[in-house]
Amino acid sequence: MNLLIMCLEFMKTGLFAVGGGLATIPFLYEMAVRYPWFTSQDVLTYIAIAESTPGPIGINMATYAGYTSFGWFGGILATLSLALPSFVVILIVAGMLDKFRTNRFVLGGFKMLRPASTGLIAAAGFNVILTVFFGVEKITFSMLGRIGEIFTQVNWLAMIMFAVLFAAMRYFRKIHPIFFILASAGLGILLKL
Amino acid sequence: MKHSAWNTIKELLYMYWTMFQIGICTFGGGYAMVSILERELAEKRKWISSSELLDYIAIGQITPGVIAVNMATFVGRKKKGIPGSIACTLGVITPSIIIITIIAAFLTNFQNNEYVQHALAGIRVCVGALILNAVIGFIKKTVIDLLSLVIFLCVFILAVFTRIETVWFIAGIIVISVIATLILGEKFYQPAKKKDPDSKKEAGN
Repeated sequence: MNLLIMCLEFMKTGLFAVGGGLATIPFLYEMAVRYPWFTSQDVLTYIAIAESTPGPIGINMATYAGYTSFGWFGGILATLSLALPSFVVILIVAGMLDKFRTNRFVLGGFKMLRPASTGLIAAAGFNVILTVFFGVEKITFSMLGRIGEIFTQVNWLAMIMFAVLFAAMRYFRKIHPIFFILASAGLGILLKL
Repeated sequence: MKHSAWNTIKELLYMYWTMFQIGICTFGGGYAMVSILERELAEKRKWISSSELLDYIAIGQITPGVIAVNMATFVGRKKKGIPGSIACTLGVITPSIIIITIIAAFLTNFQNNEYVQHALAGIRVCVGALILNAVIGFIKKTVIDLLSLVIFLCVFILAVFTRIETVWFIAGIIVISVIATLILGEKFYQPAKKKDPDSKKEAGN
């Protein structure tokens, strides 16, 4: 019975958390308050672990929370429950897209959404690079006035590593990304990044 | 008949395995995954085009759930219908289930381990390079005229310098595009005369 309630809770999370894995965090906190399965302190661990392991963050957190609640079977069920609503929604949306592919609003919408998606991905990349180079997670317009104070520490080692990795990616296009990921994990340990 | 059923199963298993690999390569948020999807699915296997990938990303931002699952469902459905979407979705979540269960069962304080910390710092550098690499390809394909350049720059600058949530960017763009379609009509929404290589590929499929 408890297992069923947990599945329903994760389905609810999957249905209402819009915008990716991090959007599930508030729902996990709510579960921590409402049920005895895990504490809000545990949620912090889930976030830390989910960010430090391979796999999408939202899925990782669901597996961990389900595991703490009801063991390995709970982990599997929580993950499947989280994925189910978006799976169904996307099947419906994809079906509608097929039908309205040539609709003028759909054509016009995607025409503008494609460069917008590119902009969003570029911004995400920019923030990752900002963190890696300067240890700053985000700069806002209001911070631009005191930019000198913000960029005090520069991680030269990370910059050089970035340049080498990027050049290698452009030059050796056939190499699978997992190779670069493993190599940089190794380099991180060697260089004590 | 039996032969074709076996072929279908083989294809579904291959899709499962492909998404399994992509799940392992995903570190951090959904965007880290985009570069891998672009390379493995659009460039190498040609299951989808780059424009379709960007469409899915935009839809993934305004639909519920984890973006990786949204992507996997889209790609799987495009390739092999509902069985395909099931295979791809299960593929992308399996590595998480295995890895997290092992860590939760055996490795307490995994994330505080010194080596793990250094390795992650290294991986973050790599993720930055992977995203930049993918972005260059996306810019070449999507920033093709003045309008797309303006949209790209506005979204990029606002996303970098403000704390506006992603879902609002997509919602805003949709509203603007509906107005533009209503006012400008065909000359807005018709694809440009000069076809980009992607749309040719789609027509060939």
